[in-house]
Amino acid sequence: MDRLLGLLSWGDNGWGDELAAGAFVTISLALATLPFGLALGLIIALMQRSESVIARSIATVYTTVFRGLPELLTLYIVYFGLQIGVQKAWAATGLPGRLDMPAFVAGMIALGLVLAAFSSEVWVGALNSIAKGQREGAFALGLNKPQTFRLVILPQLFRVALPGLGNNWMVLLKETSLVSVIALPDLMFWTGRANVVTKEPFLFFGMACLIYLLFSVSSAAGLSALEKRFSRGFATGGRR
Amino acid sequence: MKTMLRVAAAAALLAGSTLLAQAQQITEIKIGTEGAYPPFNNLNSKGELEGFEIDYVNMLCDKMKVKCTWVAQDWDGIIPALLAKKYDVIAAGMNATDERKKRVDFTAVYSRTPFSFIANKSVSSNDISPAALKGKTIGTQGSTVHANYLEKYYKDSNIKLYPTQEEANLDLKNGRLDYVLADKLALNDFVSGQGKDCCKFIADIKRDPAIHGPGVGMAVRKEDTALRDMLSKAIEQSIADGSHKKIADKWFTITILAD
Amino acid sequence: MNWCEYPGAWLGVEAIQNYGCRMFAGLGLTLQLVGLSVGLGAIFGLALALLKLYGPKPVRAVVTGYTTFFRGTPLLAQVFLVYYGAGQFRPFLDQIGLWIFFRDAFFCAAFTFTLNTAAYQAEVFRGAIVSVPRGQWEAGEALGLHRIPLFLKVILPQALMVALRPLGNELVIMVKSSAVASLVTLYDLMGATRLAFARSFDLSVYFFAAALYLLIVETIRRVWGLAERRLTRHLTHA
Repeated sequence: MDRLLGLLSWGDNGWGDELAAGAFVTISLALATLPFGLALGLIIALMQRSESVIARSIATVYTTVFRGLPELLTLYIVYFGLQIGVQKAWAATGLPGRLDMPAFVAGMIALGLVLAAFSSEVWVGALNSIAKGQREGAFALGLNKPQTFRLVILPQLFRVALPGLGNNWMVLLKETSLVSVIALPDLMFWTGRANVVTKEPFLFFGMACLIYLLFSVSSAAGLSALEKRFSRGFATGGRR
Repeated sequence: MKTMLRVAAAAALLAGSTLLAQAQQITEIKIGTEGAYPPFNNLNSKGELEGFEIDYVNMLCDKMKVKCTWVAQDWDGIIPALLAKKYDVIAAGMNATDERKKRVDFTAVYSRTPFSFIANKSVSSNDISPAALKGKTIGTQGSTVHANYLEKYYKDSNIKLYPTQEEANLDLKNGRLDYVLADKLALNDFVSGQGKDCCKFIADIKRDPAIHGPGVGMAVRKEDTALRDMLSKAIEQSIADGSHKKIADKWFTITILAD
Repeated sequence: MNWCEYPGAWLGVEAIQNYGCRMFAGLGLTLQLVGLSVGLGAIFGLALALLKLYGPKPVRAVVTGYTTFFRGTPLLAQVFLVYYGAGQFRPFLDQIGLWIFFRDAFFCAAFTFTLNTAAYQAEVFRGAIVSVPRGQWEAGEALGLHRIPLFLKVILPQALMVALRPLGNELVIMVKSSAVASLVTLYDLMGATRLAFARSFDLSVYFFAAALYLLIVETIRRVWGLAERRLTRHLTHA
């Protein structure tokens, strides 16, 4: 027992500080991906609902591809493929030196692309749910299209989309575990390395599960608090 | 779909093409290693890389007066990440095989060690012929010379490939595997340490030059010829002046430059 | 030439031709793994949903704990925990005669996937059962039906219709998530692709795998959509 606790201790002989550092990378990656993925998802959703056939087809192809590919595969393709593309583009500009895409950014892009595909569905649902009357009312007040979107639709959008986006967040949190394959020292990476050195898989993978669980459970609590806050002043037809 | 794949194939081809002019003076090198292959390279509980290759290459860097930084990269992606310029050199116990030379160049050899089978202590026969191991489960790390060797000669055995060598060792200890094939010195660490109650050496294999190549070198991108030559020169010098041996003796009890 | 070498030959990509057979074999393993675990997971998941809805309080708490754990942690961590963790408890598993199962990587992966998907499916079933209007229960009782036949003949069929779409989504998610099986020595589609890439260093094998995954996922989605439309054809569509 003492030996096992020693393995989890802080400092040079234990893996506690490494796991904590990994957990920090996991949570930073998820947080950094979130705004990027959600914003891209909203753009895709707006394209999905646009009148232009081209925009709609692009959106459909995009969501089909990124919802259909295993995240592990997307990660490999972005990490290795995009890096080469980026460098090629950089060289084509004739600028000196080279543009390096850090693993963190590659992870962010790959996870963000997937998040955008899934969150676009939530956005579309939320956009559809906002009554047409809202838009007509805004036009009647003399607001133009962008103004209507920014001042009338967007504030309501978050409230409606929140539960779905909350689910997206929980999925994202767990998907970060795949980035260890692209040399990003996240929680799963350090857990694997600790297992390699100590040969105590149950202890370390169990510990990793508990840490992820902690993130998930506290996210769930945070999300329900957020949902309550966003629903302030909104009559929920007796569903309380 | 067809177009998509064509584009993909074109993108893949670019990986090999050279994009950047060679810098005149090399002052900084980024080195990629696996960090899961003790005692050659390993990430320890301090979160630091340690091992023969770390000490040895750092010594070379001092001598060449270049600043070296290390990156730990999982084995599976170690060559693709070199090609994607995540680092400039691989020092990770990588044998300079013909298969790899299609994609990367190798420096002079700095380590050439025997390869061995280990097994559970209950195994009494030292026979490692493919016929004797027919139907047995053999494990090793994927994308290695050992994986290729098993595939070529041990067709009737059940071959299992792992992301790291240590995971194969762990599964031998657990009893999922009957045999493990790997570098003798890496296995020695396991057999005399965590695996001392379960496992033992069975026998060394005969090298197959077509598969194993001349030994372990550092890998660089094909276009980085100046870097390759600089490293090769430093390696040859260190072997001549005994500084290679000094570091090797710190980590190993037998020579790592066997014939 | 084998049929599985044709796509590579037709595309003119050597790596895809050389490793085509392995990749298609991997695809077969992926489908087996997913079919088995989603099928078993459905039975187990339905049982969990019923326990959570109608079981005694302590049982409900246990089911909640179970679903929270499996839905709150990454599948990758669960697979490693079961695969390597089982090895650590070998003496015990040997004693109760279960080691022969846990020795096998396919079993470990299928076992973990089943437990994982059961947790998600339990939530789907629970939501679907709750969504059936209370009036259906009351009407059934008024007709003198006992609880169990009432549930099986009246409630469950309606609940399953509601559950159909999320179950299809879960199937698709499992097809994709099953790629982590490649990390515990299995040559599923992802495993075979990684092997092909490690040997050929040709990124196009990843794109070929991507096309195969997309094909499977889209086929499932289409077939599922047709099935759903057929099963719910008596309902008026809005």
